[in-house]
Amino acid sequence: MSTTETLTLGKALNEGLRRALEDDPKVLVMGEDVGRLGGVFRVTDGLQKDFGEDRVIDTPLAESGIVGTAIGLALRGYRPIVEIQFDGFVFPAADQIITQLAKMRLRSQGALKLPVVIRIPCGGGIGAVEHHSESPEVYFTHTAGLRVVACSNPADAYSMIQQSVACDDPVIFFEPKRRYWDKAPVDRSGDWLPLDRARVVQPGSDVTVLAYGPMVKTCLEAASAALEEERSLEVIDLRSLNPLDFGTVEESVRRTGRCVVVHEAPVFSGYGAELAARISEKCFYHLEAPVLRVGGFSTPYPANRLEEHYLPDLDRVMDAVDRVMEW
Amino acid sequence: MTIDSARGAPSPGAADDPSGLAEASPELIQLLTPEGVRVEHPDYPLDLTPEEVRGLYRDLVMVRRIDMEAVALTRQGELGLWASLLGQEAAQVGSGRALAERDMVFPTYREHGVAWTRGLDPLKVLAMFRGLSNCGWDPAEHNFHLYTVVIGSQTLHATGYAMGIQRDGVLGTENAAATIAYFGDGATSQGDVNESFVFASVFNAPIVFFCQNNQWAISEPLEKQSRIPLYRRAQGFGFPGLRVDGNDVFACLAVTRKALEAARSGQGPTLIEAFTYRMGAHTTTDDPTRYRLEAELEAWKLKDPIERVKAYLVRGDLADPAFFDEVDAEAKQYAADLRRRCLALPDPQPMEIFRNVYAEPHALISEEQEQFAAYLESFETEGSGS
Repeated sequence: MSTTETLTLGKALNEGLRRALEDDPKVLVMGEDVGRLGGVFRVTDGLQKDFGEDRVIDTPLAESGIVGTAIGLALRGYRPIVEIQFDGFVFPAADQIITQLAKMRLRSQGALKLPVVIRIPCGGGIGAVEHHSESPEVYFTHTAGLRVVACSNPADAYSMIQQSVACDDPVIFFEPKRRYWDKAPVDRSGDWLPLDRARVVQPGSDVTVLAYGPMVKTCLEAASAALEEERSLEVIDLRSLNPLDFGTVEESVRRTGRCVVVHEAPVFSGYGAELAARISEKCFYHLEAPVLRVGGFSTPYPANRLEEHYLPDLDRVMDAVDRVMEW
Repeated sequence: MTIDSARGAPSPGAADDPSGLAEASPELIQLLTPEGVRVEHPDYPLDLTPEEVRGLYRDLVMVRRIDMEAVALTRQGELGLWASLLGQEAAQVGSGRALAERDMVFPTYREHGVAWTRGLDPLKVLAMFRGLSNCGWDPAEHNFHLYTVVIGSQTLHATGYAMGIQRDGVLGTENAAATIAYFGDGATSQGDVNESFVFASVFNAPIVFFCQNNQWAISEPLEKQSRIPLYRRAQGFGFPGLRVDGNDVFACLAVTRKALEAARSGQGPTLIEAFTYRMGAHTTTDDPTRYRLEAELEAWKLKDPIERVKAYLVRGDLADPAFFDEVDAEAKQYAADLRRRCLALPDPQPMEIFRNVYAEPHALISEEQEQFAAYLESFETEGSGS
């Protein structure tokens, strides 16, 4: 079998989960509708059939219960991968994630480890109803004890899910739901970038553009469009939000002197605020312009007939690039 | 079934009155009366040797004395807080002594008596309340999980752990184990506790839910949590619920033992409501005189869990005055040693803040740790220059 194959992001996740289940009998998949149905996005399709109901567990409809029992399973030596069906439904489990999962290792002074992965399909752009299009990453990046990662493409989806399962810390794993059907080559050889590293996905020299999850594709499109205007954008896929690979960011911004941060979540108190603050602190003498942020408004995610106006798109990114180049 | 009873409206009778004082009744499982008279229950035979009874008496006295010492240490500013178990010794010692070594305990923050039965050094519990760590013991050492401060959270961890035992394929074998989750009457209103009932029931998990109904959730009486006796909640979730006299160490032992055996043999969960009373404050910062009547406290004093065992031992000529003196002296000595050991505990070093947040290297923690170390060192440098 060739080590490289073109897969959708959803299928790449499915194969990554399958590999994790094959590699370690202690790995479990659990969540609502993950078994017989294969998940509402079919990310867990076929796994229960092949690994059985004890390892791919259709749970009762209770997010706190799912995460709380996953913690208990981890304490017994299992490695649960929990699926939260949609971003907006993670909040019933927020207590278990924030007060228990994130803090239990410290509480035990290092005696315990909590290798739990919580998969959360996130972001908008699919014409969904309320609570199905949100970007709740900073609730978790702000919680010490959690690792927070976001995949943007099939190859990373395949590798990062396996790396997250292998990690002895709890990992919140964001999946860009509107990119589930995007196809790209996936290398199964196992020669992967470490989980906590960012990647320069488009080298450039004029402006550093920072993105993660669903916005990486949008920013790459912006980089292509910018070339026509003879502007060279360097796009960095952060991949890991906590910890942040700031070294890669810093190197780039010191070179370009300009930076635009892009995410779907509201700009105010969003992840971009942390990036902008760090860049201003660490790259002050290299900056030609303030760091600009592109993101959602300080409003709840709107009804889907309005979401095209809410979501950052190519034009919004290009507008920020124009402004940052004017300095 | 009348409309009223279907709606759960309180109706007369001890069993239907969640806040009433429990009297011996078909609902209340009791093997030792408050007067120290042994009574038999067809479903819960208990055959203890005199030595075993004396052992339980010693447990009860030691646990009460340790608790008293911790309260005193708090009053003197040596502990930041203490949640007293005064009055709940029988529920904790009885259920704790029912456990097999392989069983896993998931406590709240008041199970000092259960911790004692597991062999956990009380100093470790004191260290937590002294603020030296947020808990700090290794749960694997005594199969006694960390204290959990968020109300009810641990019931889900216990349920998940029990699901893990199931997946280990040990139920019904000599390696079988169960979990026991402790929680109070207030916790029964929490979503997590109800979700743990759902998961435990649906997966038939090997778990015992041990609710110490001590009548008060800080200042709120039981009727603020429930209109029916708590043990009846189990029925709606599809597993057995029992009410045991929580001040009767024999009954707590026998009932918990049977529920654990059922769990280990694959028969699924049981809810035990240990009907007891919190004789002290919720914690050392609480003032129960603001919300409850002295008369209630006086009534419960007559049901004291230790006095009834003492009466039973005396009445049966199973212990002489010298034995009681010995136990008292031992408890006093132990508490004095505990106090000395507690006061000798060193404060943690500042850099401890950064330890054990993650299992694997984490760039941000490393960065902040280095910055803080340099900051602290700057004071030393300044000091040496002066």
